[in-house]
This record gives sequence, C-alpha cells and structure tokens, in this order.
Amino acid sequence: MWRARTLDDDQTMTAETAARRPPAPPSKRTLFRRRSAIPGFGLTMGVTLTVLSLIVLIPLSAVVLKAAQQSPAEFWAVATSQRSLAAYRLSFGAAFVAAVINGVFGVLTAWALVRYDFPGKTLVNALVDLPFALPTAVAGIALATLYAPTGWVGQFLTPLGIKAAYNPVGVTIALIFIGLPFVVRTIEPVLRDAAEDVEEAAASLGANRIDTILRIVLPALAPAWLTGFAMAFARGVGEYGSVIFIAGNMPYKSEIAPLLIIIQLEQFEYARAATIAVVMLTVSFTMLLVINAIQAWARRFD
Amino acid sequence: MTISIRSVDKQFGRYPALSKVDLEIADGELLALLGPSGSGKTTLLRTIAGLEFPDAGQVLFDGEDVTFASAADRRVGFVFQQYALFKHMTVAKNIAFGLDVRKGKDKPSKAEIAQRVEDLLKLVELDGLGKRYPSQLSGGQRQRVALSRALAVQPSVLLLDEPFGALDATVRKSLRKELRRVHDATGVTTIFVTHDQEEALELADRVAILNKGSIEQIGTPDQVHDQPETAFVCGFVGEANCFEGQVGGGEFKAGALRLPAGGVRDGSATAYVRPHDFVLDDGGFAVRVDRAHVQGALTTVNATAADGRPIEISASRAEAPRFQGTVKIAARKAHVYAA
Repeated sequence: MWRARTLDDDQTMTAETAARRPPAPPSKRTLFRRRSAIPGFGLTMGVTLTVLSLIVLIPLSAVVLKAAQQSPAEFWAVATSQRSLAAYRLSFGAAFVAAVINGVFGVLTAWALVRYDFPGKTLVNALVDLPFALPTAVAGIALATLYAPTGWVGQFLTPLGIKAAYNPVGVTIALIFIGLPFVVRTIEPVLRDAAEDVEEAAASLGANRIDTILRIVLPALAPAWLTGFAMAFARGVGEYGSVIFIAGNMPYKSEIAPLLIIIQLEQFEYARAATIAVVMLTVSFTMLLVINAIQAWARRFD
Repeated sequence: MTISIRSVDKQFGRYPALSKVDLEIADGELLALLGPSGSGKTTLLRTIAGLEFPDAGQVLFDGEDVTFASAADRRVGFVFQQYALFKHMTVAKNIAFGLDVRKGKDKPSKAEIAQRVEDLLKLVELDGLGKRYPSQLSGGQRQRVALSRALAVQPSVLLLDEPFGALDATVRKSLRKELRRVHDATGVTTIFVTHDQEEALELADRVAILNKGSIEQIGTPDQVHDQPETAFVCGFVGEANCFEGQVGGGEFKAGALRLPAGGVRDGSATAYVRPHDFVLDDGGFAVRVDRAHVQGALTTVNATAADGRPIEISASRAEAPRFQGTVKIAARKAHVYAA
C-alpha cells in the first residue's frame, strides 16, 4: 500500500534499502553556504565584513590597544576616578532621561503626523528631521542662547526657580533635541501600517478609547519604540557637539564623558583618553545588547 | 434580539452608500446581506455595529433607538474579513479581551474568564491552541478565533463582514457549516455580509439583496431564487439567460423565443430564463448545440439560437445524448420585467 514517506520511514530504513540508495554526495560545509534562490550572500557578506572592519572594528580595537598600554592599576585608577565617574553618570543618565522623554513625545508626534491631517503638516514633518541635518554645534549654541537665564525661554524659567542651561538639565535638553527624530521616524511606519480594524474590533468588544490605546495600539508599537529608544539613547551617550555649548562643562557637575576624553587628548594623555573611551564602549555595547534582547522578546508574537 | 433599520441614508462624499434602507431582522435569525461590491452591504453592517453612523434614519435594537450609540455600548460581536486579531496577544488573551476590559462588578473573575475561553475554544474546535499567537495559526483557525472572540462577550447580535472572503474554498465550506452550527447552538441573531450567492443561499434563513445602496428584495433563499422581484435579483441570484425583447398582447417576444408575459405592460422588456427551465420540446424554437458537457449529475449545454443569441441549458445527465445538432427547446418558466 502506498503511503507518504515520513521521517520515521527513513529512520527505520533497513540495511537493504539503504544499500540500494545512491551514495550521498560528500557533505559540504553548510554553516555559511546554503543553496538559496537569492544570490549574492558571499559578495554582500564580504563587503559588510570589510567595511565593518575598516570603519568600526579596527578603530575600536586601536582604542582598546591604546588603553592597554597602561598597567591594570593605572587603567583602573583613571577609569574609576571621581571625575570620570561623575562624567559617566551625567552622560548615561542624561541620555537615558532624554531618550525616555523622547519616547513619550516621539510617540505623540508620530501619532499626530500619521493619524491627522492638519495645515502645515509637511512643515512639521520636515522640522522633525532637522536635528539630523543641522550641524550639532549650531543646535547647541541656539539652545544655550534660548535657555540661558536671560534667553527667550530661560527668562520665564528663572522666576520659577528652574535653571535650564549650564547644568545637567541643559545637557538633557540638548540630548532631547538630538534624539527626537530617531523615535518619531521608527514609530511612524509601524503606526501607519497598523490596521484600523484592530481598533474597531477592540471598540466592538466594549473597550473604551483609553483601553484600546493602552492595550492594543501601544503594545503593538513596543518593538519599534524600543528601537527608537535605543537609537536615541546611543546617540545621546556619544553626543558632543551640541552639548558642550549648553552644558557649562563644570568638572564633577556638568562635564560629559566625551568632553573628558577631549580634555585628556589636549593634555596628550592618549592612554587616559582611551581608557574612558573603553569604559563608555563597554557600557554602551552591553546596554545595546540588553535592549536587543528585550526587543527580541517583544517581537515574540511575529 | 430584533433589529429594525428605518429609512437609513448614508453618503460618502457625494456618493450615496445607502439610500432609504428599511430592514427588519427577527430574534435569532440568520440573515445574509448579499450584493455586488459597492452595493452598500458592508456599510449597512457597519451601521448596525456602530462603526458607521447614518446621515438620516434610525437603528433600533429591541425597539430601543441606538442610532448614535457607540460600538462599545451596543454589545455586538463583529467579525472582520481580515480577522483583526490582536497579534501581540495569545489566542486565549484575544478571546478574553472583551471580558477583560470590563470594569467593576461587570467584570467576571479570572477563573470565570478562563472557563469561558476554554468553552469557546471547544465550541470552535480549537481546544489546546489557547497559548499560541495568531501568527502561528492558519487563516481558517484565525477566523475561528475571531468568531469566538466576538462570541465571548455574549453579544446580542453577531455581525460578520465577508467572514470567509480571505479563505480558500475548502476551508470556506467547512467554516460555513461551522457558523451555522455555532448559530444554532447559541441562538444569537446573526447578520453576515457576502458577495457569494452560494454562501448566502446555503447558510442564511433569509437573504437581503442589495444593489446601489438599496435593498432589492428580502426573502428566504428559495423565494429570492424562484420568485425574484426585480430584474437585478433575477440576474444576480442563480444562473439565468437574459433576453431583451418586446411585450405585446400578453406575450414576450425575442427572436424566435415566445414567453407568457404574465401581466407586464406592453413595450420593451427583459426576460430571464434559468438554464434548468429550458426543456426539450418539439413545439419550441430551434437552437444549434455547440457543446454539451457532463458535470456530475448534470449536462450543461451551450447552444445558439437562430438569431445568433447564445443560450445555456442545464439538463439531467441522462439527457446528454439528445443534445446533438439542432434541437427544439421551450422555456417552462420565465421571469419577465418591464424595461
């Protein structure tokens, strides 16, 4: 009787039938090369690895090598000096706060841009991308002027007891400016593709608008939101140009880690500069890995 | 629950989607809204659901005016053509959603919700799949989840928008039976939209046929098929040969075809004859048989009348050998409508 050949049949194959089978071709390495209808794996992978090496891997290795010229004790002393610790705290702390704030306002901005039509929408759309295009120093100077105690915005904040420039608040403001487009631009396409009938389904099941947004719309955005958040955060950690104009740059108070690196470089302390860079690299890389893991978990339903 | 639609109008821009639609749906009935695309059937369904609001007219649930009540307040179960499942939730969470969003004392306990989900999964024969995500299910399974999610809130009316439209033919057939079974088991008033007449005639207690935003006829599947009230219904439901001709002296004439006009006033008219209403008859008119092919128990004959008009005839399989060369046929039944 005919029946479909299953895996079990293969496993229980007798020696006789096995002998009748043509000899299997010598197995090739299949780790990197799989037969595929989409050609070009070798070429694209080769170019990718070359470029990544030249642009990312080799320079970063050089940083690590430079830092390794010191003894472990020296390395540790520089990496954990009070001034360095304060700088890490400010750089990572302000970048995190700015990314969270961007996470909220970025979603609202994307929502407004996708869901509604309003006069000047094209203009707002272009404004969102401006932080990408503007030289960061220009942004820093403009923000510092605006938020300084005598500036257009700052003069209204001073009576309220809020100091928004030349301190960590100023750093955060600059990083919010820099990071906003990352969140908006990653959320936007996902929100645009989100099917309306899902929200209608929630409504027909008795959910009010708030429930629908909190339980249906936002969870669907979570993976994209995390991507945007991670990009805004990473950019914030490394941001230099705009921040130094508004930060005030007081050691221990408003000095960001990238600035500390520059200061060490100007004093020809290359190994010390590399040390701080290595610490930032390690922390950033670990955080991005963790965010990627969370993201994979958030995409489990795809 | 009874549903009354009273002279509902709805326009999209300048295009009228519904005009003066009246419809009464009895408690526990299974009604099909059948029509070509653009006939307004989905708009009518969405108006009943509270997903669209009419420009004029009323929607009554059990005599109560719900014309402008929100979808959330109407307690309707709605099943979408593209399922509209919450893809970040498991199947069980999807089904539980309607109960889970209830507030205060309306909200059942966790155990009650779990029990209800379990029962519904069993009802649609998906037991054991509660922990899967929608992306891990087939199209037919997804639509079953959508159906049980809609039923979870014990809706007073179940509305389905082309529920089987995105599925392949085999799955569609089995889900049709499934819907009928679920309807009979729950007794919930059910309205579904379809453009597939076979689906409507097979499944529904009554069929409402829509065309250009108006209801052309409402009746049982037999009524709309055997006694079509308008030319549109006759042409849309079931197969029909269409003849343009003249009525004079109580008789419809088109070429060699003669049919009783049945009270239609003199002038131009259109007649429809179902393929199975043509029979071999020596007193009839001559047609040339082009092709006769057997399909299961039936013979389908493509013939040409003397004036070049194509005619389709459906006969029993046993008659196949008689359809050769030129034969004489007559219509034993016809529907004539004034043009």
